[in-house]
Amino acid sequence: MVFLGGQVLPGNVGRAILGPFADQRAVDALNHSLGVDRPLLVQYGTWIWNFLHGDMGTSYIFRAPVAPFVIEALGHSMKLALVAFVLVVPIGILGGVIAALNLNRPLDRIISLGGLSVTVLPEFVTGIILILIFGVWLRWLPIAAAWPKGAGFFTQLYYLILPSLPLFLVLFGYIARMARSGMIEALDSDYTRTAVLKGLPWRTVIWRHVLRNALLPTITVIATQTGYLIGGLVVIETLFRYQGIGSLIFTAARGKDFPMLEAGILTIGIVYAVATLIADFLYSVLNPRIRLGAEQ
Amino acid sequence: MSATDTPAGMPSAPDTAARRSPWGEVLHSLLRSGTFLTGLAIVLFWIACALFGEHFVPYDPLADDIINALSPPSAEHWFGTDQIGRDVFSRVIVGSRDILTVAPLATLLATIAGTALGLIIGYFRGIVDDVVSRVLEAFMAIPVVIVALLAIVALGTSKATVIVVIGLSFAPIIARTVRSAVLAERELDYVAAAKLRHEGAMHTMFVEILPNVIPPILVETTVRLGYAIFAVATLSFMGFGIQPPSPDWGLSISSNYGMIGGGFWWTVLFDALAIASLVIGVNLVADGVHGAFND
Repeated sequence: MVFLGGQVLPGNVGRAILGPFADQRAVDALNHSLGVDRPLLVQYGTWIWNFLHGDMGTSYIFRAPVAPFVIEALGHSMKLALVAFVLVVPIGILGGVIAALNLNRPLDRIISLGGLSVTVLPEFVTGIILILIFGVWLRWLPIAAAWPKGAGFFTQLYYLILPSLPLFLVLFGYIARMARSGMIEALDSDYTRTAVLKGLPWRTVIWRHVLRNALLPTITVIATQTGYLIGGLVVIETLFRYQGIGSLIFTAARGKDFPMLEAGILTIGIVYAVATLIADFLYSVLNPRIRLGAEQ
Repeated sequence: MSATDTPAGMPSAPDTAARRSPWGEVLHSLLRSGTFLTGLAIVLFWIACALFGEHFVPYDPLADDIINALSPPSAEHWFGTDQIGRDVFSRVIVGSRDILTVAPLATLLATIAGTALGLIIGYFRGIVDDVVSRVLEAFMAIPVVIVALLAIVALGTSKATVIVVIGLSFAPIIARTVRSAVLAERELDYVAAAKLRHEGAMHTMFVEILPNVIPPILVETTVRLGYAIFAVATLSFMGFGIQPPSPDWGLSISSNYGMIGGGFWWTVLFDALAIASLVIGVNLVADGVHGAFND
């Protein structure tokens, strides 16, 4: 599907690269050297075959293999996504748990309403506001995610805090809301009442009985948010001029560099599939009912 | 519609005067909901700006004035001027126009397509449902931004493309909601009665079932409108949506944020706050509508 979107829709590739005033013979020659004048099915077969062998094709614009670009960009994006995830997963869950333990009190209201309002805002809007506050007025954090060459781990981290914050804000609302409703349900259940009644300390009840059950749906939400995260990366990487997979796709789309675009989007598809798989695995590790069910 | 769902045959209770039609009930609880009214006020403000704003703003939002470019907020220019001297205040007010045209149209398209699809797969079930539902799930897995990127690269940028792309990306989500509502309705007696009368499938779906699944459709539509505004703003910011010289908010941010490091905060802050207020307003309305139907 990605291939069709990239190859069939754009029409004449040579014409798109050389512009409307180029000589028709030059256009034909370029089309031939790029191989786009062959029948579609042949192109598709070659593309899949090469992709599986690690050859993602040749960029129309850079006239160089696509693979190194994609892999480097993916590495950058992973760093950014990782920073956002490492921040948001514990804080989001904590927020949801605190809200549930203070159900309908002011603290719950603040966390729920605050989470909901930041979740619905587009990333570039929160991004701009955060840049203004921390980058322009307070001058605490750099406004572009471009660290000097050879920068160490902590310098890179310092540059990545601001870009990861908008992603953090969007995800925080979702995760906190799921953790909150999971907690409310678990706190209300019979096994929690039993645990309390048999005299277990409150702390043990929360850790051993409530949390384990409450967080299961949250894990599913976190996995489905990878799909969102990828969309968010396109925006954030553009805003912060960060050379990740999102900005790679964006640049490729603007420049009509179709092999790059296809390779980028297919890579994202693979990442998404892997993330879903990991979530399923985690889910079964944490949920004995599914694990034991599979063994029977 | 009222013939099918008001309990007309019910013995009248002593407090008949207090009884309202179901829609009156919903309206009543909406008007008492602070969330809904706050959201409505914000949204109506921006609609008024979109409709009449251009007659009230102090400057022409498109008129440049290079000599006064990038001047900070002052008594003459409340929100300052942008890089070619256009008045930011006037642009923010009139900038609501394009997003408030494109986003509702996209939502309308999504609602119509999604409702029709949801009715069909919910009513027929079986293999139609299985096949279509899997395809819809596959569609929903791809982020809207990516779909939009591909479609707009292929088809070129125009408001119509944005409406179609967002409308079709959101249709599966509405279809899923409608489907689950239809699955519950189709087992009810009035549907069986329609079948016994030998009404056609089209009649049963659109005349009998549709009026009874309006509440979930309304809720889903208001929620989608919030996301549509999110998506339109994002696409404009990426340069794939509304095109210059429109004073659209996302577009203004994208053409001005490059200078943010120079301290020209007024060129982007007010547009960002405008988007934020509109999105939050629509979501408050959606929250209110959801609450009114689920009480």
